[in-house]
Amino acid sequence: MASRDQFVIPKRYNTISLALMGVGIVSVLILLFSHGLSNDEHEQARFWASLLQNSVYFLLVVNASMFFICATTLAWGGWQMTFRRVPEAISTVVPVLGIITFLILMVIVFGGNHTIYHWTDEHHVMEDETLLHKKGFLNKTFFTVWSIITIGGWWFLGRKLRQLSRQSDAAPMSIEEGKRYIFKNTVWAGAYAALFGLTALSTTPWLWLMSIDAHWYSTMYSWYTFASSWVAGLALITIFVVYLKNNGYLEYTNREHLHDMGKFMFAFSIFWTYLWYSQFMLIWYANIPEETVYFKPRMQGVYRGIFLLNLVINFLAPLLILMKRGAKRNYGTITIMAVLIIFGHWLDFYQMVFPSISGDHVPFMLVDMGIGIGFVGIIMYVTARSLAKHPLVAKNHPFLKESIIHHT
Amino acid sequence: MAIKKFVVGSFYDEQVLFPAVKAVRKSGYKIHDVYTPFPIHGLDTAMGLRDTSLHTAGFIYGITGTSVAFSFITWAFTTDWPLNVGGKPFFSLPAWIPIMFELTVLFAAVGMVLTFCYLCQLAPFVKKDHFNLRATDDTFVMAIEVTDRTNVAEAQSFLTSLGAQDVVLTEKETGWWIGRYDKRQQLLSTDPQTAL
Repeated sequence: MASRDQFVIPKRYNTISLALMGVGIVSVLILLFSHGLSNDEHEQARFWASLLQNSVYFLLVVNASMFFICATTLAWGGWQMTFRRVPEAISTVVPVLGIITFLILMVIVFGGNHTIYHWTDEHHVMEDETLLHKKGFLNKTFFTVWSIITIGGWWFLGRKLRQLSRQSDAAPMSIEEGKRYIFKNTVWAGAYAALFGLTALSTTPWLWLMSIDAHWYSTMYSWYTFASSWVAGLALITIFVVYLKNNGYLEYTNREHLHDMGKFMFAFSIFWTYLWYSQFMLIWYANIPEETVYFKPRMQGVYRGIFLLNLVINFLAPLLILMKRGAKRNYGTITIMAVLIIFGHWLDFYQMVFPSISGDHVPFMLVDMGIGIGFVGIIMYVTARSLAKHPLVAKNHPFLKESIIHHT
Repeated sequence: MAIKKFVVGSFYDEQVLFPAVKAVRKSGYKIHDVYTPFPIHGLDTAMGLRDTSLHTAGFIYGITGTSVAFSFITWAFTTDWPLNVGGKPFFSLPAWIPIMFELTVLFAAVGMVLTFCYLCQLAPFVKKDHFNLRATDDTFVMAIEVTDRTNVAEAQSFLTSLGAQDVVLTEKETGWWIGRYDKRQQLLSTDPQTAL
């Protein structure tokens, strides 16, 4: 077979991704007509909440790819070099989903409907002592400016790191050039890590998700959200790697690399559970009303089923299924688990957003999932286009050999 | 215990060792073991060793730890000595999870260390002998067991041709205590009174 170092998008792939986007658009329209255009503020909020949940979730998931590159670069990891172009390609979705998410956030904040973000109602804030204290952080200006900085920063630094990666394609590097190249990569990845720490690891979940329950707060929340999106992001990378591998690309990537991705998925599923539990147990133990208010609808209310299913899918299933070495090295098992994890954390985000908007009944409709499928379509479409643009392996990267002989 | 003979070859380079291990296996010699100063990735595959069952043992120890913690705390807090802690029910699973986790880790860790020592035949006061002491420093040592069908001279020259530096024929007592220092003195002794 001829060497396949350039990805060619199959026709069927394009059709499928466009079809998924179609499903998404139809779902948005259905939900728009059934709820979004209603005169009831609550019904409208339900429409926007679904868009908020899906867009924020998938934006954080694709951004996790960027974090994967950043973390492995900073750790001077070499094992991921054979498939590093895959997370790079996934991260090109960040600007697309970033703009969509930003628009949705802006409509929610400035749309005049205060059901999702109570703190946008200025009259209400004046009477509410807690929100008054939080006003310096939870206000429309800061929200907007910081969201722009966040998404713009991810966009800019992501683009910078991708450009650096493509620079190595031009010509083989001498040892000195290689050292300088790695140093430059490290510096930019460091900048990205700093930005990531200030955004996705702290303020972004506070502003976008935690402020739905503006009175409630948890110091674990950002970590917990990060763990959720990070493990789903790893699962997404794994799915693309397996897909390319099955189609005869990525000749240097093998079970050893897949095994490491499986370890990551396994380990960070446990990490997610650890953070989830750390947040839950302290609140459960202290039993203070203003804190337990968050868990009331989730644990004892109508969301109990989703709440427990969330734990089963995101903790028990990866723990028991991915524990075995054979499972992590099996293309089939790892793909199924990756899909399950992405769905599981979608569900996790669902129960982060919805109980505070509709506490007395679960407003779940299949179109909620349909919107998610639409986002999956966007991710598939943009990622494939970006994959097809550049060679799949950075063949002059100084660490490539380390990855080729990688052995777990 | 039976005394066995081994043809022992020492290699000074990992790159030479790998093809040698493959060639020796291919020619049908029985590799007793390969001793290296540091863990070498992929050597187990090259030697054709089966996967260790240590992790299965670890899983069982872990599960045991979880069940011990769970059943003991349940018994203590609901039957033996129920305490009212902040008005919470006696059976309060969330409060027990950290303990269950800790005991899982403790049982798995300690159990696996002991199992590891057993599998590697390490125990207090057992002084292990080496085929070549430099295996702890900078030499890769391959020991081929001499069976009925092994031609010793041929095996020796084969190892030399594969790049082994010094090839010797040694005798060791097999079994759990393989290569104990005190037995070695008797093995090496020429005095018929003390020789085994």
